[in-house]
Amino acid sequence: MEELLLIAVASAIVNNVVLSQFLGICSFLGVSRKTETAVGMGAAVVFVITISSFVAAVIYKFVLANDYLMSRGIDLTYLQTIVFILVIAALVQFVEMFLKKNVPSLYQSLGVYLALITTNCAVLGVALTNVTKEYGILESVVNGFATAMGYLIAIVILAGIREKIEFNDIPKPFQGMASVLLTSCLMSIAFMGFSGMI
Amino acid sequence: MNKNMERLYNGIIKENPVLILMLGMCPTLAVTSSAMNGLGMGLSTTAVLVFSNLIISAFRKIIPDGVRMPAYIVIVASLVTVVQFLMNAYTPSLTDSLGVYIPLIVVNCIILGRAESYASKNPVIPSIFDGIGMGLGFTVGLILIGMVRELLGAGQIFGFQVFSLDWFTPITIFVMAPGAFLVLAFLVVGMNFVRAKMEAKGKPLAKPAGCLTGDCTGCGHAASCSGKAVSKTAEQTEKKME
Repeated sequence: MEELLLIAVASAIVNNVVLSQFLGICSFLGVSRKTETAVGMGAAVVFVITISSFVAAVIYKFVLANDYLMSRGIDLTYLQTIVFILVIAALVQFVEMFLKKNVPSLYQSLGVYLALITTNCAVLGVALTNVTKEYGILESVVNGFATAMGYLIAIVILAGIREKIEFNDIPKPFQGMASVLLTSCLMSIAFMGFSGMI
Repeated sequence: MNKNMERLYNGIIKENPVLILMLGMCPTLAVTSSAMNGLGMGLSTTAVLVFSNLIISAFRKIIPDGVRMPAYIVIVASLVTVVQFLMNAYTPSLTDSLGVYIPLIVVNCIILGRAESYASKNPVIPSIFDGIGMGLGFTVGLILIGMVRELLGAGQIFGFQVFSLDWFTPITIFVMAPGAFLVLAFLVVGMNFVRAKMEAKGKPLAKPAGCLTGDCTGCGHAASCSGKAVSKTAEQTEKKME
């Protein structure tokens, strides 16, 4: 239990997925114009990463690194990149269809962002990190959920700041993306402060 | 200038993916803590890009339009796996410092973007040169950013001590995460400045593409998201303004 909590805090706050590992930068910068959309995007990411890290961990344990095959000298783990990206792409499509049919209210709020997530590098990044760190299934799910929560926290904070500075008088070359990147730089410095926690 | 040379020039200078188009921001920020890492990442991406352009262009008439994205992803993922194992075997220290970012070449927007916008419509030879040009342009961008960060953060370039530590105190933050954002921010500022200058001269630069600007034309993921998220955000902003 204590170990799971440590994993969660470490990946949500200390090694924040966006601000210290630079995964999912595109959507972090692109979809953070308004707090509402940032929350929608963040929620969709939490949803997808949690499910995908579970599915990827199950596939890795029972198919790629299968004990039976391993004992016979057949090591399929080299297929992980291909398998994970395909599983994630298919999974996102499947989740989208499932929500559209069965939970239309959730689809209304998350649907737009789901398609965007297919090739979000954070999703694949988490699946691969789980393998590198040799996490089991439960640990993988916790790590995935916490990483995605870190993304949610970061994108909502950034959107809040962007709403505040939208009408500021900023010198011409600094307008737009440059000021957003400077904001992320300051946020990244703030999050470095957590590194003493663990 | 023949067509192949034009592709090289286009990739390295005119539509440089890092400096002008602002694509592939994840690796740009993540691996530029030193010039050497930038070089390694740039060259491995180039290798994947050249071969993916070659294969996709060769099979462009066979791959059905409806499943082209999954087909591209499988091709790119196979190539990335090959590159990953070659680097594991021959450059183990680079593999350690690049870590998870090597397999993540799969989701680099530049590769899918070139497949979608160039290789799937053009013959093999120009596609190969397009891959070389774009890949080298990416490498040059990464090395430049890496050199700035390494110089300010450690006083070194490619591991050689340029600024003597007798008088230079390394600004360590530049080789850490915030430094990446800071250097990229000032790069964007510089490019905005140059862009305005060139426009005044009547020689406008190519427009930045990708999520950074909300313009989806250069992004390989546009097929799966078709700009939905970005345009929805823009619409909402407009509504609120009214």
